[in-house]
Amino acid sequence: MRATFILSEIGIGLRRNLTMTLAMIITTGVSLAFLGAAVLFNQQVNVSKDFWYDKVEVSVFLCGEVSNAPSCAGGAVTSTQRDQIRADLEAMPQVQRIYYESKQQAFKRFKQQFKNSAIVDNVTADQMPESFRVKLTDPEQFPIIASAFIGRDGIEQVQDQKALLERFFKVLKWVQWFAFGLALMMLVVSVILIVNTIRVAAFSRRRETGIMKLVGASSFSIQLPFLLEGAISGFLGALLASGVFVLLKGVLVDHVLAPNFPITRFITWGDVWLSSGAVFLIGVALAAIASFLTLLKYLRV
Amino acid sequence: MIRLQNVTKIYPSQTRPALSDVSVEIGKGEFVFLVGQSGSGKSTFLRLILKEERATSGQVHVAGKDLARLSSWKVPALRRQVGTVFQDFRLLNNKTVQENVAFALEVIGRPRTQIAKVVPEVLDLVGLKGKEGRKPDELSGGEQQRVAIARAFVNRPMILIADEPTGNLDPTTSVGIMRLLDRINRTGTTVVMATHDDDIVDQMRKRVIELEGGKLVRDQSRGVYGYTH
Repeated sequence: MRATFILSEIGIGLRRNLTMTLAMIITTGVSLAFLGAAVLFNQQVNVSKDFWYDKVEVSVFLCGEVSNAPSCAGGAVTSTQRDQIRADLEAMPQVQRIYYESKQQAFKRFKQQFKNSAIVDNVTADQMPESFRVKLTDPEQFPIIASAFIGRDGIEQVQDQKALLERFFKVLKWVQWFAFGLALMMLVVSVILIVNTIRVAAFSRRRETGIMKLVGASSFSIQLPFLLEGAISGFLGALLASGVFVLLKGVLVDHVLAPNFPITRFITWGDVWLSSGAVFLIGVALAAIASFLTLLKYLRV
Repeated sequence: MIRLQNVTKIYPSQTRPALSDVSVEIGKGEFVFLVGQSGSGKSTFLRLILKEERATSGQVHVAGKDLARLSSWKVPALRRQVGTVFQDFRLLNNKTVQENVAFALEVIGRPRTQIAKVVPEVLDLVGLKGKEGRKPDELSGGEQQRVAIARAFVNRPMILIADEPTGNLDPTTSVGIMRLLDRINRTGTTVVMATHDDDIVDQMRKRVIELEGGKLVRDQSRGVYGYTH
Protein backbone atom coordinates (compact mmCIF):
# COMPACT_ATOMS: atom_id res chain seq x y z
CA MET A 1 0.00 0.00 0.00
CA ARG A 2 1.18 3.49 -0.73
CA ALA A 3 2.46 5.49 2.22
CA THR A 4 0.26 8.52 1.55
CA PHE A 5 -2.84 6.34 1.46
CA ILE A 6 -1.90 4.63 4.73
CA LEU A 7 -1.20 7.99 6.36
CA SER A 8 -4.54 9.41 5.28
CA GLU A 9 -6.32 6.32 6.61
CA ILE A 10 -4.49 6.68 9.93
CA GLY A 11 -5.46 10.34 10.05
CA ILE A 12 -9.10 9.45 9.49
CA GLY A 13 -8.89 6.78 12.17
CA LEU A 14 -7.30 9.03 14.77
CA ARG A 15 -9.71 11.88 14.09
CA ARG A 16 -12.78 9.69 14.14
CA ASN A 17 -11.95 8.64 17.66
CA LEU A 18 -10.45 11.92 18.80
CA THR A 19 -11.46 11.81 22.46
CA MET A 20 -10.43 8.19 22.88
CA THR A 21 -7.17 8.89 21.08
CA LEU A 22 -6.43 11.86 23.33
CA ALA A 23 -7.24 9.80 26.41
CA MET A 24 -4.93 7.09 25.13
CA ILE A 25 -2.08 9.53 24.46
CA ILE A 26 -2.43 11.31 27.80
CA THR A 27 -2.72 8.14 29.87
CA THR A 28 0.24 6.62 28.10
CA GLY A 29 2.15 9.86 28.62
CA VAL A 30 1.34 10.06 32.31
CA SER A 31 2.19 6.44 32.98
CA LEU A 32 5.42 6.69 31.04
CA ALA A 33 6.23 9.88 32.94
CA PHE A 34 5.67 7.99 36.18
CA LEU A 35 7.90 5.18 35.03
CA GLY A 36 10.63 7.53 33.85
CA ALA A 37 10.41 9.64 37.00
CA ALA A 38 10.80 6.48 39.06
CA VAL A 39 13.88 5.59 37.02
CA LEU A 40 15.28 9.11 37.42
CA PHE A 41 14.56 9.08 41.13
CA ASN A 42 16.37 5.77 41.37
CA GLN A 43 19.27 7.28 39.49
CA GLN A 44 19.25 10.28 41.80
CA VAL A 45 19.38 7.99 44.83
CA ASN A 46 22.32 6.09 43.35
CA VAL A 47 24.17 9.29 42.52
CA SER A 48 23.71 10.66 46.03
CA LYS A 49 24.57 7.31 47.55
CA ASP A 50 27.90 7.19 45.72
CA PHE A 51 28.52 10.80 46.59
CA TRP A 52 27.74 10.42 50.27
CA TYR A 53 29.32 7.01 50.80
CA ASP A 54 32.46 8.48 49.34
CA LYS A 55 32.35 11.13 52.02
CA VAL A 56 31.42 9.05 55.05
CA GLU A 57 33.78 8.95 57.94
CA VAL A 58 33.99 7.35 61.29
CA SER A 59 33.76 9.92 64.04
CA VAL A 60 35.70 9.20 67.20
CA PHE A 61 34.27 11.60 69.77
CA LEU A 62 36.52 12.38 72.66
CA CYS A 63 35.35 12.94 76.21
CA GLY A 64 34.43 16.44 77.21
CA GLU A 65 33.68 17.91 80.67
CA VAL A 66 30.03 17.00 80.44
CA SER A 67 30.28 13.55 78.87
CA ASN A 68 28.59 10.82 80.88
CA ALA A 69 29.80 7.67 79.12
CA PRO A 70 31.57 5.18 81.51
CA SER A 71 34.79 5.59 79.59
CA CYS A 72 34.68 9.31 80.37
CA ALA A 73 34.64 8.80 84.15
CA GLY A 74 38.10 10.32 84.33
CA GLY A 75 36.79 13.65 83.03
CA ALA A 76 37.76 15.32 79.81
CA VAL A 77 40.28 13.71 77.56
CA THR A 78 43.89 14.53 78.42
CA SER A 79 46.42 15.56 75.83
CA THR A 80 48.46 12.35 76.36
CA GLN A 81 45.32 10.28 75.80
CA ARG A 82 44.54 12.29 72.72
CA ASP A 83 48.01 11.82 71.25
CA GLN A 84 47.93 8.11 72.03
CA ILE A 85 44.55 7.69 70.33
CA ARG A 86 45.80 9.50 67.25
CA ALA A 87 48.94 7.35 67.12
CA ASP A 88 46.89 4.15 67.51
CA LEU A 89 44.44 5.22 64.81
CA GLU A 90 47.28 6.00 62.45
CA ALA A 91 48.73 2.56 63.11
CA MET A 92 45.52 0.81 61.91
CA PRO A 93 45.91 -0.45 58.32
CA GLN A 94 42.19 0.20 57.66
CA VAL A 95 42.62 3.92 58.22
CA GLN A 96 43.26 6.03 55.19
CA ARG A 97 43.37 9.50 56.66
CA ILE A 98 42.66 11.24 59.95
CA TYR A 99 41.98 14.77 60.83
CA TYR A 100 41.31 16.33 64.16
CA GLU A 101 38.31 18.55 64.80
CA SER A 102 38.65 20.84 67.79
CA LYS A 103 35.76 22.18 69.85
CA GLN A 104 36.07 25.49 68.02
CA GLN A 105 35.92 23.84 64.60
CA ALA A 106 33.00 21.65 65.67
CA PHE A 107 31.18 24.74 66.88
CA LYS A 108 31.82 26.53 63.62
CA ARG A 109 30.51 23.61 61.63
CA PHE A 110 27.50 23.32 63.89
CA LYS A 111 26.71 27.00 63.41
CA GLN A 112 27.05 26.53 59.68
CA GLN A 113 24.69 23.57 59.61
CA PHE A 114 22.05 25.17 61.77
CA LYS A 115 22.47 28.75 60.70
CA ASN A 116 18.75 29.31 60.36
CA SER A 117 17.86 27.76 63.67
CA ALA A 118 17.56 29.34 67.12
CA ILE A 119 19.37 26.37 68.63
CA VAL A 120 22.70 28.02 67.77
CA ASP A 121 22.08 30.74 70.35
CA ASN A 122 21.91 28.22 73.19
CA VAL A 123 25.13 26.40 72.42
CA THR A 124 28.68 27.41 73.24
CA ALA A 125 31.94 26.10 71.87
CA ASP A 126 32.67 24.33 75.18
CA GLN A 127 29.65 22.13 74.83
CA MET A 128 30.83 20.76 71.47
CA PRO A 129 32.79 17.50 71.52
CA GLU A 130 36.25 17.38 69.99
CA SER A 131 36.77 14.44 67.67
CA PHE A 132 38.95 12.57 65.21
CA ARG A 133 37.41 12.23 61.76
CA VAL A 134 38.65 9.00 60.30
CA LYS A 135 38.39 8.12 56.65
CA LEU A 136 38.56 4.36 56.13
CA THR A 137 40.08 2.70 53.09
CA ASP A 138 36.89 0.63 52.97
CA PRO A 139 33.76 1.97 54.73
CA GLU A 140 32.67 -1.64 55.44
CA GLN A 141 35.48 -2.09 57.92
CA PHE A 142 33.90 0.02 60.62
CA PRO A 143 33.43 -2.90 63.07
CA ILE A 144 37.20 -3.36 63.36
CA ILE A 145 37.70 0.26 64.32
CA ALA A 146 34.70 0.17 66.62
CA SER A 147 35.90 -2.88 68.56
CA ALA A 148 39.36 -1.41 68.92
CA PHE A 149 38.31 1.98 70.28
CA ILE A 150 34.86 1.80 71.88
CA GLY A 151 35.09 1.89 75.65
CA ARG A 152 38.63 3.14 75.74
CA ASP A 153 39.41 5.83 78.27
CA GLY A 154 39.03 9.32 76.84
CA ILE A 155 36.73 8.18 74.04
CA GLU A 156 33.09 8.94 74.53
CA GLN A 157 31.69 7.33 71.40
CA VAL A 158 32.67 5.92 68.00
CA GLN A 159 30.08 6.68 65.38
CA ASP A 160 29.75 5.31 61.85
CA GLN A 161 28.12 7.87 59.57
CA LYS A 162 27.43 5.12 57.08
CA ALA A 163 24.91 3.59 59.49
CA LEU A 164 23.03 6.89 59.60
CA LEU A 165 23.03 7.15 55.82
CA GLU A 166 21.94 3.56 55.44
CA ARG A 167 18.82 4.20 57.46
CA PHE A 168 18.05 7.17 55.22
CA PHE A 169 18.65 5.23 52.02
CA LYS A 170 16.54 2.35 53.29
CA VAL A 171 13.61 4.74 53.52
CA LEU A 172 14.37 6.02 50.02
CA LYS A 173 14.39 2.42 48.77
CA TRP A 174 10.81 2.01 49.94
CA VAL A 175 9.83 5.24 48.25
CA GLN A 176 11.47 3.92 45.06
CA TRP A 177 9.57 0.65 45.13
CA PHE A 178 6.37 2.53 45.73
CA ALA A 179 7.05 4.78 42.73
CA PHE A 180 7.84 1.77 40.53
CA GLY A 181 4.69 0.00 41.66
CA LEU A 182 2.62 3.05 40.85
CA ALA A 183 4.29 3.35 37.45
CA LEU A 184 3.57 -0.30 36.67
CA MET A 185 -0.07 0.07 37.62
CA MET A 186 -0.35 3.13 35.41
CA LEU A 187 1.22 1.18 32.57
CA VAL A 188 -1.34 -1.57 32.99
CA VAL A 189 -4.08 1.06 32.87
CA SER A 190 -2.70 2.55 29.68
CA VAL A 191 -2.37 -0.88 28.04
CA ILE A 192 -6.01 -1.57 28.87
CA LEU A 193 -6.96 1.79 27.40
CA ILE A 194 -4.95 1.13 24.23
CA VAL A 195 -6.60 -2.26 23.83
CA ASN A 196 -10.03 -0.70 24.17
CA THR A 197 -9.29 2.21 21.85
CA ILE A 198 -7.97 -0.07 19.14
CA ARG A 199 -10.92 -2.38 19.62
CA VAL A 200 -13.34 0.49 19.19
CA ALA A 201 -11.35 1.71 16.18
CA ALA A 202 -11.46 -1.76 14.60
CA PHE A 203 -15.18 -1.96 15.28
CA SER A 204 -15.99 1.49 13.92
CA ARG A 205 -14.07 0.68 10.75
CA ARG A 206 -15.37 -2.85 10.29
CA ARG A 207 -17.04 -1.77 7.06
CA GLU A 208 -13.74 -0.59 5.57
CA THR A 209 -11.85 -3.62 6.83
CA GLY A 210 -14.59 -5.92 5.53
CA ILE A 211 -14.28 -4.39 2.07
CA MET A 212 -10.49 -4.52 2.22
CA LYS A 213 -10.70 -8.21 3.04
CA LEU A 214 -13.12 -8.78 0.19
CA VAL A 215 -11.05 -7.09 -2.48
CA GLY A 216 -7.97 -9.03 -1.42
CA ALA A 217 -5.95 -6.67 0.76
CA SER A 218 -3.33 -8.57 2.76
CA SER A 219 -3.85 -8.94 6.49
CA PHE A 220 -0.72 -6.89 7.00
CA SER A 221 -2.08 -3.92 5.08
CA ILE A 222 -5.43 -4.20 6.86
CA GLN A 223 -3.81 -4.26 10.28
CA LEU A 224 -0.99 -1.82 9.66
CA PRO A 225 -3.03 1.40 10.04
CA PHE A 226 -4.33 0.21 13.41
CA LEU A 227 -0.87 -0.84 14.54
CA LEU A 228 0.57 2.50 13.50
CA GLU A 229 -2.25 4.31 15.27
CA GLY A 230 -1.28 2.53 18.46
CA ALA A 231 2.41 3.14 17.89
CA ILE A 232 1.87 6.83 17.11
CA SER A 233 -0.14 7.27 20.29
CA GLY A 234 2.63 5.53 22.21
CA PHE A 235 5.16 7.82 20.56
CA LEU A 236 3.17 10.96 21.42
CA GLY A 237 2.74 9.70 24.97
CA ALA A 238 6.49 9.19 25.24
CA LEU A 239 7.01 12.70 23.88
CA LEU A 240 4.74 14.00 26.62
CA ALA A 241 6.66 12.02 29.24
CA SER A 242 10.02 13.29 27.96
CA GLY A 243 8.71 16.84 28.20
CA VAL A 244 7.97 16.14 31.85
CA PHE A 245 11.55 14.88 32.40
CA VAL A 246 13.04 17.94 30.76
CA LEU A 247 10.92 20.15 33.02
CA LEU A 248 11.91 18.10 36.07
CA LYS A 249 15.61 18.45 35.27
CA GLY A 250 15.62 21.96 33.81
CA VAL A 251 13.38 23.60 36.37
CA LEU A 252 13.08 21.52 39.52
CA VAL A 253 16.61 20.08 39.70
CA ASP A 254 18.72 22.82 38.11
CA HIS A 255 16.89 25.88 39.40
CA VAL A 256 15.24 24.80 42.63
CA LEU A 257 17.10 21.85 44.16
CA ALA A 258 20.68 22.37 43.03
CA PRO A 259 21.07 26.00 44.30
CA ASN A 260 19.57 25.05 47.66
CA PHE A 261 21.51 21.84 48.19
CA PRO A 262 24.99 22.65 46.92
CA ILE A 263 26.50 19.75 48.87
CA THR A 264 24.69 17.05 46.89
CA ARG A 265 25.26 15.80 43.38
CA PHE A 266 22.24 15.58 41.07
CA ILE A 267 21.20 13.62 37.98
CA THR A 268 22.71 14.86 34.74
CA TRP A 269 21.13 15.59 31.36
CA GLY A 270 22.61 12.28 30.25
CA ASP A 271 20.36 10.49 32.74
CA VAL A 272 17.38 12.44 31.41
CA TRP A 273 18.09 11.48 27.79
CA LEU A 274 18.60 7.88 28.82
CA SER A 275 15.21 7.60 30.50
CA SER A 276 13.59 9.49 27.61
CA GLY A 277 15.01 6.93 25.20
CA ALA A 278 13.83 4.07 27.39
CA VAL A 279 10.37 5.59 27.66
CA PHE A 280 10.15 5.97 23.86
CA LEU A 281 11.10 2.35 23.36
CA ILE A 282 8.69 1.09 26.00
CA GLY A 283 5.88 3.40 24.90
CA VAL A 284 6.00 2.55 21.21
CA ALA A 285 6.64 -1.16 21.72
CA LEU A 286 3.95 -1.54 24.35
CA ALA A 287 1.35 0.30 22.27
CA ALA A 288 2.21 -1.65 19.12
CA ILE A 289 2.15 -5.00 20.92
CA ALA A 290 -1.12 -4.18 22.68
CA SER A 291 -2.66 -3.12 19.35
CA PHE A 292 -1.38 -6.21 17.61
CA LEU A 293 -2.81 -8.58 20.22
CA THR A 294 -6.10 -6.72 20.09
CA LEU A 295 -6.21 -7.02 16.30
CA LEU A 296 -5.50 -10.75 16.47
CA LYS A 297 -8.66 -11.06 18.48
CA TYR A 298 -10.95 -8.48 16.94
CA LEU A 299 -9.81 -8.17 13.35
CA ARG A 300 -9.53 -11.66 12.06
CA VAL A 301 -8.66 -11.67 8.42
CA MET B 1 -12.79 -22.16 -13.10
CA ILE B 2 -14.82 -23.31 -10.06
CA ARG B 3 -15.08 -26.96 -9.17
CA LEU B 4 -16.78 -28.49 -6.15
CA GLN B 5 -16.30 -32.21 -5.57
CA ASN B 6 -18.53 -33.99 -3.04
CA VAL B 7 -18.50 -30.89 -0.86
CA THR B 8 -20.18 -31.04 2.52
CA LYS B 9 -20.24 -28.18 4.97
CA ILE B 10 -21.45 -28.56 8.52
CA TYR B 11 -21.32 -25.49 10.75
CA PRO B 12 -19.96 -26.21 14.21
CA SER B 13 -23.13 -25.77 16.26
CA GLN B 14 -25.43 -27.47 13.76
CA THR B 15 -26.18 -31.08 12.96
CA ARG B 16 -27.86 -30.61 9.57
CA PRO B 17 -25.29 -29.88 6.88
CA ALA B 18 -25.56 -26.50 5.12
CA LEU B 19 -24.25 -28.19 2.00
CA SER B 20 -24.33 -31.91 1.52
CA ASP B 21 -22.32 -33.81 -1.06
CA VAL B 22 -22.46 -31.10 -3.72
CA SER B 23 -20.49 -31.63 -6.92
CA VAL B 24 -20.58 -29.01 -9.62
CA GLU B 25 -18.23 -27.54 -12.18
CA ILE B 26 -18.43 -24.03 -13.56
CA GLY B 27 -16.30 -23.27 -16.59
CA LYS B 28 -14.52 -20.12 -17.64
CA GLY B 29 -16.80 -17.43 -18.98
CA GLU B 30 -20.02 -19.08 -17.82
CA PHE B 31 -22.99 -17.21 -16.35
CA VAL B 32 -24.62 -19.25 -13.61
CA PHE B 33 -27.69 -18.58 -11.47
CA LEU B 34 -27.69 -20.13 -8.05
CA VAL B 35 -31.28 -20.47 -6.90
CA GLY B 36 -33.03 -21.93 -3.92
CA GLN B 37 -34.96 -20.85 -0.85
CA SER B 38 -33.42 -19.05 2.09
CA GLY B 39 -31.34 -21.55 4.04
CA SER B 40 -30.89 -23.81 1.02
CA GLY B 41 -27.10 -23.29 1.12
CA LYS B 42 -26.58 -20.57 -1.50
CA SER B 43 -24.62 -18.29 0.78
CA THR B 44 -22.50 -21.16 2.08
CA PHE B 45 -21.76 -22.09 -1.54
CA LEU B 46 -20.49 -18.55 -2.23
CA ARG B 47 -18.59 -18.32 1.06
CA LEU B 48 -16.74 -21.53 0.24
CA ILE B 49 -15.62 -20.10 -3.09
CA LEU B 50 -14.26 -17.00 -1.32
CA LYS B 51 -12.62 -19.17 1.33
CA GLU B 52 -14.53 -17.38 4.03
CA GLU B 53 -15.46 -20.89 5.14
CA ARG B 54 -13.73 -24.23 4.77
CA ALA B 55 -15.49 -27.29 3.48
CA THR B 56 -16.00 -29.98 6.11
CA SER B 57 -15.26 -32.58 3.49
CA GLY B 58 -14.78 -32.66 -0.26
CA GLN B 59 -12.70 -30.41 -2.46
CA VAL B 60 -13.18 -26.84 -3.62
CA HIS B 61 -11.08 -25.65 -6.55
CA VAL B 62 -11.17 -22.00 -7.57
CA ALA B 63 -9.04 -20.54 -10.37
CA GLY B 64 -6.93 -23.67 -10.41
CA LYS B 65 -6.25 -23.73 -6.67
CA ASP B 66 -7.29 -26.29 -4.12
CA LEU B 67 -8.67 -24.08 -1.37
CA ALA B 68 -8.12 -26.64 1.37
CA ARG B 69 -4.41 -26.48 0.67
CA LEU B 70 -4.25 -22.73 0.14
CA SER B 71 -2.33 -21.19 3.04
CA SER B 72 -4.01 -18.25 4.70
CA TRP B 73 -1.49 -15.71 3.47
CA LYS B 74 -2.40 -16.61 -0.10
CA VAL B 75 -6.11 -16.01 0.44
CA PRO B 76 -5.83 -12.29 -0.45
CA ALA B 77 -4.35 -13.27 -3.82
CA LEU B 78 -7.34 -15.55 -4.42
CA ARG B 79 -9.79 -12.80 -3.51
CA ARG B 80 -8.18 -10.48 -6.02
CA GLN B 81 -9.27 -12.98 -8.68
CA VAL B 82 -12.82 -13.02 -7.37
CA GLY B 83 -14.95 -9.86 -7.35
CA THR B 84 -17.96 -9.73 -5.02
CA VAL B 85 -21.23 -7.84 -5.06
CA PHE B 86 -23.89 -7.93 -2.34
CA GLN B 87 -27.53 -7.10 -1.88
CA ASP B 88 -26.64 -4.28 0.54
CA PHE B 89 -23.98 -2.69 -1.76
CA ARG B 90 -21.42 -2.27 1.09
CA LEU B 91 -20.13 1.12 -0.02
CA LEU B 92 -18.22 3.59 2.14
CA ASN B 93 -20.55 6.53 2.70
CA ASN B 94 -17.80 8.99 3.55
CA LYS B 95 -16.09 8.45 0.21
CA THR B 96 -17.20 9.54 -3.25
CA VAL B 97 -18.11 7.14 -6.04
CA GLN B 98 -14.69 7.46 -7.55
CA GLU B 99 -12.95 7.05 -4.17
CA ASN B 100 -15.01 3.97 -3.39
CA VAL B 101 -13.83 2.28 -6.55
CA ALA B 102 -10.25 3.52 -6.15
CA PHE B 103 -10.22 2.18 -2.57
CA ALA B 104 -10.28 -1.40 -3.88
CA LEU B 105 -7.09 -0.74 -5.84
CA GLU B 106 -5.38 1.38 -3.19
CA VAL B 107 -5.63 -1.28 -0.51
CA ILE B 108 -3.95 -3.83 -2.75
CA GLY B 109 -1.15 -1.38 -3.48
CA ARG B 110 -1.77 -0.46 -7.11
CA PRO B 111 0.19 2.57 -8.31
CA ARG B 112 -1.57 5.91 -8.44
CA THR B 113 -1.18 6.34 -12.18
CA GLN B 114 -2.86 3.02 -12.86
CA ILE B 115 -5.71 3.90 -10.50
CA ALA B 116 -6.20 7.25 -12.21
CA LYS B 117 -6.47 5.44 -15.54
CA VAL B 118 -8.70 2.42 -14.79
CA VAL B 119 -11.20 3.95 -12.37
CA PRO B 120 -12.76 6.32 -14.95
CA GLU B 121 -12.80 3.47 -17.47
CA VAL B 122 -14.75 1.15 -15.22
CA LEU B 123 -17.11 3.93 -14.10
CA ASP B 124 -17.82 4.58 -17.75
CA LEU B 125 -18.45 0.86 -18.28
CA VAL B 126 -21.05 0.68 -15.50
CA GLY B 127 -22.72 3.88 -16.71
CA LEU B 128 -21.76 6.24 -13.91
CA LYS B 129 -19.88 8.78 -15.98
CA GLY B 130 -20.50 12.25 -14.57
CA LYS B 131 -21.33 10.96 -11.08
CA GLU B 132 -17.75 10.33 -9.93
CA GLY B 133 -17.90 13.01 -7.24
CA ARG B 134 -21.19 11.97 -5.66
CA LYS B 135 -21.44 10.28 -2.29
CA PRO B 136 -23.33 6.95 -2.13
CA ASP B 137 -26.28 8.47 -0.24
CA GLU B 138 -26.83 10.89 -3.13
CA LEU B 139 -27.38 7.99 -5.51
CA SER B 140 -30.33 5.72 -6.22
CA GLY B 141 -30.17 2.05 -5.23
CA GLY B 142 -29.43 0.98 -8.77
CA GLU B 143 -26.62 3.50 -9.06
CA GLN B 144 -25.16 2.37 -5.74
CA GLN B 145 -25.16 -1.21 -6.99
CA ARG B 146 -23.38 -0.03 -10.13
CA VAL B 147 -20.69 1.50 -7.93
CA ALA B 148 -20.37 -1.81 -6.09
CA ILE B 149 -20.09 -3.68 -9.40
CA ALA B 150 -17.48 -1.20 -10.60
CA ARG B 151 -15.52 -1.80 -7.42
CA ALA B 152 -15.77 -5.58 -7.81
CA PHE B 153 -14.76 -5.43 -11.46
CA VAL B 154 -12.11 -2.71 -11.47
CA ASN B 155 -9.35 -5.21 -10.76
CA ARG B 156 -10.56 -7.34 -13.71
CA PRO B 157 -11.21 -10.50 -11.70
CA MET B 158 -11.70 -13.85 -13.40
CA ILE B 159 -14.82 -14.55 -11.38
CA LEU B 160 -17.60 -12.24 -10.22
CA ILE B 161 -19.74 -13.46 -7.34
CA ALA B 162 -23.06 -11.66 -6.88
CA ASP B 163 -25.15 -12.46 -3.82
CA GLU B 164 -28.71 -11.28 -4.56
CA PRO B 165 -27.51 -8.13 -6.31
CA THR B 166 -31.07 -7.13 -7.27
CA GLY B 167 -32.61 -8.04 -3.92
CA ASN B 168 -33.09 -4.40 -2.91
CA LEU B 169 -33.98 -3.03 -6.33
CA ASP B 170 -37.21 -2.57 -8.26
CA PRO B 171 -37.77 -4.67 -11.41
CA THR B 172 -36.82 -1.95 -13.92
CA THR B 173 -33.60 -1.12 -12.14
CA SER B 174 -32.87 -4.83 -11.79
CA VAL B 175 -33.01 -5.26 -15.54
CA GLY B 176 -30.36 -2.56 -15.91
CA ILE B 177 -28.12 -4.32 -13.38
CA MET B 178 -28.60 -7.64 -15.19
CA ARG B 179 -27.61 -6.05 -18.50
CA LEU B 180 -24.49 -4.78 -16.82
CA LEU B 181 -23.63 -8.20 -15.36
CA ASP B 182 -24.26 -9.72 -18.77
CA ARG B 183 -21.89 -7.23 -20.35
CA ILE B 184 -19.24 -8.07 -17.76
CA ASN B 185 -19.81 -11.77 -18.49
CA ARG B 186 -19.21 -11.11 -22.18
CA THR B 187 -15.71 -9.83 -21.37
CA GLY B 188 -14.90 -13.41 -20.35
CA THR B 189 -15.56 -13.08 -16.64
CA THR B 190 -17.27 -16.01 -14.97
CA VAL B 191 -20.39 -14.77 -13.15
CA VAL B 192 -22.07 -16.68 -10.34
CA MET B 193 -25.23 -15.00 -9.11
CA ALA B 194 -27.38 -16.16 -6.22
CA THR B 195 -30.94 -14.90 -6.56
CA HIS B 196 -34.59 -15.20 -5.63
CA ASP B 197 -35.73 -13.22 -8.63
CA ASP B 198 -37.63 -15.64 -10.88
CA ASP B 199 -38.38 -13.03 -13.56
CA ILE B 200 -34.73 -12.37 -14.10
CA VAL B 201 -33.78 -16.03 -14.23
CA ASP B 202 -36.58 -16.74 -16.66
CA GLN B 203 -35.61 -13.84 -18.93
CA MET B 204 -31.89 -14.48 -19.02
CA ARG B 205 -32.05 -18.16 -19.90
CA LYS B 206 -28.68 -19.03 -18.45
CA ARG B 207 -27.44 -22.07 -16.59
CA VAL B 208 -29.35 -22.61 -13.34
CA ILE B 209 -28.08 -24.50 -10.32
CA GLU B 210 -30.72 -25.13 -7.68
CA LEU B 211 -30.04 -26.03 -4.08
CA GLU B 212 -32.59 -27.39 -1.66
CA GLY B 213 -31.76 -28.17 1.96
CA GLY B 214 -28.06 -28.16 1.09
CA LYS B 215 -28.42 -30.63 -1.77
CA LEU B 216 -27.96 -29.98 -5.44
CA VAL B 217 -31.37 -30.72 -6.96
CA ARG B 218 -31.02 -29.23 -10.43
CA ASP B 219 -28.28 -28.21 -12.83
CA GLN B 220 -29.78 -27.08 -16.08
CA SER B 221 -28.31 -25.11 -18.94
CA ARG B 222 -30.58 -22.34 -20.28
CA GLY B 223 -32.90 -22.95 -17.34
CA VAL B 224 -35.70 -21.07 -15.67
CA TYR B 225 -36.39 -20.34 -12.02
CA GLY B 226 -39.17 -22.83 -11.38
CA TYR B 227 -38.90 -26.55 -11.78
CA THR B 228 -39.71 -27.66 -15.32
CA HIS B 229 -39.64 -31.30 -16.30
